[in-house]
Amino acid sequence: MRFPAYPHRMDAKQRYTAGVLKYAEMGYWNADYEPKETDILALFRITPQDGVDPQEAAAAVAGESSTATWTVVWTDRLTAADVYRAKAYRVEPVPGNEDQFFAYIAYDIDLFEPGSIANLTASIIGNVFGFKPLKALRLEDMRFPVAYVKTFDGPPTGIVVERERLDKFGRPLLGATTKPKLGLSGRNYGRVVYEALKGGLDFTKDDENINSQPFMHWRDRFLFVMEAVNRASAASGEVKGHYLNVTGATMEDIYERAEFAKELGSVVVMIDLVIGYSAIQSISKWARRNDVILHLHRAGASTYTRQKNHGISFRVIAKWMRLAGVDHIHAGTVVGKLEGDPNTVQGFYNILREPHNPVDLQRGIYFEQDWAGLRKVMPVASGGIHAGQMHQLLTYLGEDTVLQFGGGTIGHPMGIQAGATANRVALEAMVLARNEGRDIWNEGPAILADAARDCSPLKAALDTWGEVTFDYTSTDTPDFVPTATPA
Amino acid sequence: MRLTQGTFSFLPELTDEQIGAQVEHCLSQGWALSIEYTDDPHPRNTYWEMFGQPMFDLHDAAGVMAELGSARATFPGQYIKLNAFDATRGVESVRLSFIVNRPATEPGFALIREEAAGRAIRYTIRSYAAERPEGERYP
Repeated sequence: MRFPAYPHRMDAKQRYTAGVLKYAEMGYWNADYEPKETDILALFRITPQDGVDPQEAAAAVAGESSTATWTVVWTDRLTAADVYRAKAYRVEPVPGNEDQFFAYIAYDIDLFEPGSIANLTASIIGNVFGFKPLKALRLEDMRFPVAYVKTFDGPPTGIVVERERLDKFGRPLLGATTKPKLGLSGRNYGRVVYEALKGGLDFTKDDENINSQPFMHWRDRFLFVMEAVNRASAASGEVKGHYLNVTGATMEDIYERAEFAKELGSVVVMIDLVIGYSAIQSISKWARRNDVILHLHRAGASTYTRQKNHGISFRVIAKWMRLAGVDHIHAGTVVGKLEGDPNTVQGFYNILREPHNPVDLQRGIYFEQDWAGLRKVMPVASGGIHAGQMHQLLTYLGEDTVLQFGGGTIGHPMGIQAGATANRVALEAMVLARNEGRDIWNEGPAILADAARDCSPLKAALDTWGEVTFDYTSTDTPDFVPTATPA
Repeated sequence: MRLTQGTFSFLPELTDEQIGAQVEHCLSQGWALSIEYTDDPHPRNTYWEMFGQPMFDLHDAAGVMAELGSARATFPGQYIKLNAFDATRGVESVRLSFIVNRPATEPGFALIREEAAGRAIRYTIRSYAAERPEGERYP
């Protein structure tokens, strides 16, 4: 559905008379507007209050996320206000949802500071989410023009260079988060790391809330972990790594921890999303200067990404983080314990990994996006996954991903090394079979059972977890296809 | 020890039939195969010796397998790997790399620790085999 352009255009004197006008009347609704190649575009899902018409609600969002305030101000006339005003140019009903509408809004590129996620987000999500005429508001997607993309450095390492540094090709990487996530001493923590890496994982990981607590201070953790990483590397002849979480209370703390990790020879450091966009961009520049891979845990994201009527879609967070410059980001597993509709998650993965995204409504991608040579981010699948799902994981998520089996490694009945070996053997057997042209989706369980004949740890893993699934209905689903359930 | 670099090192040694199937897959993707060998398998030894140029113009798995046969005959006691290179823009890197020949015994690596300031340790990984001169490292 396309609404007509706002019918009456006022002359300037009338437009700027003191008082309150509808946002649409102030120029924030323009159905005739053709977005420019250099515009930044945003798609919002709006739920107007009863009696508020959708164009006016869309115009209000455009206004409050760009130049407007609630009343007419004459000082607009000291600016090129027609350019700086964001324009809502299209409103469509959300399929199957009568009280929700998709509002498309275009922003001139000069509204934004080059290379600053903080500035971008201060506009786009700054004020408008609390706006009274709307019951709820969700930022669904954004399109960034090449001119704007080029103002960001992007991932310091990227998928291709990460693989070249690690000398690991042709298969997803394997990781595990150290468990229990809280309470281990540095010495015991390093034991878990050593066992998991020696058993066959490429990476182990601090959890999001491991920073520097009374039971384990950060320096102690870093020292023991690096002993474990190097021992495992010597035992296997492979490059190994542990995401040392450098998240701290201040940027000074974060830099201090990152420097120590680098001095000890760690190939990777980690941060949590909760440190904030500017801190992420700062540590990204540090990682680029110091040749360290940067892992981002999306701690906190589900507070605003999960519910469909209000908040921000994770696909937007994924775009911001590719611009801000991280090398890894947790982006869903489809089959694990955390929220993840298959199509929606594949949309996130495509945003992180592809040089160019076409419009793909089925996967929730509403805009074409040219990444203009910006490096690719490695998506990380973590949370309630195990070796018995390997065929599903490889089918849904593809090759350029880190599969993280925390419980699925450390909880193995024969021990941590055996758990790691089970995962590695399952993965390599599945990649081998896929490359041979076998139908891994259907033959997956048989392929795993065959591989388990030569590998008792894999057999034990399948016996323990083979039937475990997390089959719940997703909340964050595409609007344009019937919802599929995994497995 | 068993060197576990490469995509399939945790599986039993691949048969030539299995290797051939992987080669077919790589060729079907438009990737160029190449063969490299070394007697210094240090994890950061990026540049193994090239057994000829990457086979950009060879689109026949049997031809690749013949080259591999010749590499094995020349360097039976060394590590040999097959790499598949993808020249697609935005990749321009290796897409698959797996070991297809290894020495009869693999002595592994020593971890050398140099105690530094505080409790920090500087680590060096040294291959036992590489203590002998190149070409004399594996029987």
